[in-house]
Amino acid sequence: MHIVVCIKQVPDSAQIRVHPVTNTIMRQGVPAIINPFDLYAIEEALHLKDKMGGRVTVLTMGPPQAEDALRKAIAYGVDDVVLLTDRAFAGADTLATSFALAQAIRKIGEATPVDLVFTGKQTIDGDTAQVGPGIAKRLGLQLLTYVSTVDEIDLEQQTITVQRRSEGGVQVIKTRLPALITMLEGTNKIRFASMDDMFRSARFAVPQWNKDRAGIEDVSKIGLKGSPTVVSKVFAPKPKAVKAQMIGADGDTPQAKAAALLDVLTSQHPRLANELGLIAG
Amino acid sequence: MSENTPTPAAPKGKKRLELDPRLAAYKGIWVFVEMERGQVHPVSWELMGEGRKLADVLGVELGAIVLGGDLKQTTTAAETAFTYGADVAYMVADAILTDYRNEPYTKAMTDLVNKYQPEILLLGATTLGRDLAGSVATTLLTGLTADCTELAIDPDNRGLLATRPTFGGSLLCTIQTLNYRPQMATVRPRVMSMPEAQPGRTGRLVTDTLGMNEADIIAKVLSFIPDQDQEKAQLAYANLIVAGGRGMGKAENFQLIWDLAEVLGAEVGGSRPVTHAGWLTADRQIGQSGKTVRPNLYIAAGISGAIQHRVGMEGADVIIAINNDPNAPIFDFATYGIVGDALKILPALTEAFRSRLAVDRRAG
Ligand SMILES: Cc1cc2nc3c(=O)[nH]c(=O)nc-3n(C[C@H](O)[C@H](O)[C@H](O)COP(=O)(O)OP(=O)(O)OC[C@H]3O[C@@H](n4cnc5c(N)ncnc54)[C@H](O)[C@@H]3O)c2cc1C
Ligand SMILES: Nc1ncnc2c1ncn2[C@@H]1O[C@H](COP(=O)(O)O)[C@@H](O)[C@H]1O
Repeated sequence: MHIVVCIKQVPDSAQIRVHPVTNTIMRQGVPAIINPFDLYAIEEALHLKDKMGGRVTVLTMGPPQAEDALRKAIAYGVDDVVLLTDRAFAGADTLATSFALAQAIRKIGEATPVDLVFTGKQTIDGDTAQVGPGIAKRLGLQLLTYVSTVDEIDLEQQTITVQRRSEGGVQVIKTRLPALITMLEGTNKIRFASMDDMFRSARFAVPQWNKDRAGIEDVSKIGLKGSPTVVSKVFAPKPKAVKAQMIGADGDTPQAKAAALLDVLTSQHPRLANELGLIAG
Repeated sequence: MSENTPTPAAPKGKKRLELDPRLAAYKGIWVFVEMERGQVHPVSWELMGEGRKLADVLGVELGAIVLGGDLKQTTTAAETAFTYGADVAYMVADAILTDYRNEPYTKAMTDLVNKYQPEILLLGATTLGRDLAGSVATTLLTGLTADCTELAIDPDNRGLLATRPTFGGSLLCTIQTLNYRPQMATVRPRVMSMPEAQPGRTGRLVTDTLGMNEADIIAKVLSFIPDQDQEKAQLAYANLIVAGGRGMGKAENFQLIWDLAEVLGAEVGGSRPVTHAGWLTADRQIGQSGKTVRPNLYIAAGISGAIQHRVGMEGADVIIAINNDPNAPIFDFATYGIVGDALKILPALTEAFRSRLAVDRRAG
């Protein structure tokens, strides 16, 4: 079984700051990490490999620095990686991203056919959850989003059964391979890198694919040109003009503060007080 | 190279901001009415309210897309859509559509779009909506903006201005789909307010067929396991929420949150550190990577008010913040603030409410 996992390198958004005057993102010094949601995809792929054999290839599209994310993936134990990198990919939105990734997966499959593709649930920077469905549609793969458990894979019959989160419950669904799974968060725990894999990772020559190597001829489908959406404006959220009205003074007891709050609620918010069934004290 | 990374539009981008006249054939605004197990997801009506406003600005029809397995259910949903502002409902009822499956739903939706050509298509950013939106957009090769918090019409080119948070809410960006139709956007539940229904309001019902056989569809739903804890799904729609943050100190102290919630008949939520630490289950997380809520009352104890939390709860009518740091950012946007130790204030509040509530909420 050949599994391809798509991961993205993202800035650790916990550490992102916005310049207060220019409203631009201050990227300097912000560490880049593997999109946290993609770790669940890597682990699930490795878990399936442990169970059933086969190989796991990790694919990312990004700037040359994204090589670091791939080295990390090798340390976790994946067999092979591909870095899809070309200036022509810059400015891609989800549609252009899914086109390029789909094309690369096609190429990867020329050597060893791909049975299963994994993506994360969503990225923490793009945050769209669309790249997975996009790849699936472009490659004609069966799409399984928000999967919590892979119940069964039958390579002979080419079938897969999974549990996926849907509104208000869990759907158990059976379909055919090849399929694309977007993995739900919190479903597994990424393993520790083994010493051997860490050494392998350090020595690994990461293959870099440009658009030609990925078999992409039509540049109108990639990068900014291939992106139907345009960012027309970037701005900071309006700060709320009014700050909280503070209840009670420094030395007040908790009881006094609580009583003062309830007084304000009853007098200032009759509808809410009514809903609560609050009566004047 | 990330999706919609906000590189502020370069001057050359300006030229692209003009609408291609060939796209003029696409007219009208559509809202997908999401049904699962016969129930319409409330986000659909929230979007219907928003779609109504946009349709009025453009002077076009508002359409409801109703897909489902049962004719009675879809007809009821279409009629309800009219009361929330739809002028026309496009309906496909077919047993194949009983359970949500990507393939038949994508086909139903793309067929309708190709036939009737709407200029804007809105869906809820639920698990179902996101699955469908991504597939439909790729099939139609058009632009899709996810998780919008504001929708408006560009007066210059009549295009959709879709605004969404980026970089964890630190910035907002407005995204346009210029030369492709329809312009697609998803919006999370509770981001838009629920419109008033107008009973008796009616509209035009258009019925279409799916044109698929069950045998053509590869994916089979073997079973559906409804969530045990029905309350979990309710958090987004709770009217009263008591939420705790890292400032609660440890898991056991969360009992104080539950106590207050019980007296009020409120739901319980929390910040990310709290769900990560396992003090609450993950589906009770509120914020950017959790749920968006819009209660009438939100009580936040020991929550600092980080932007990622704020974006999930600032739509609350009344926000009461309890924090022992008078400079906590949450006081910048809460309605009322109490400076003090949450472990002391919460029991006092619980007592005060208990003695002053006319009706015992637990009974009701
Ligand atoms: C990509 C991304 C997504 C995220 N998504 C979310 C999300 O969906 N939801 C979310 O909540 N966060 C999210 N976060 C995390 C967010 O940035 C904050 O770290 C988090 O909201 C902080 O939680 P907190 O307020 O509980 O903890 P802290 O920031 O540690 O605040 C604790 C507060 O408690 C106060 N306090 C301490 N002791 C007491 C006491 N005895 N009585 C009263 N007050 C006390 C302190 O003064 C402090 O203000 C996300 C972060 C990233 C990077
Ligand atoms: N540039 C990229 N390279 C590889 N995989 C990606 C890239 N962008 C997105 N993905 C995958 O698609 C998923 C969804 O991304 P998004 O649509 O941005 O939320 C991510 O979790 C990744 O698995």
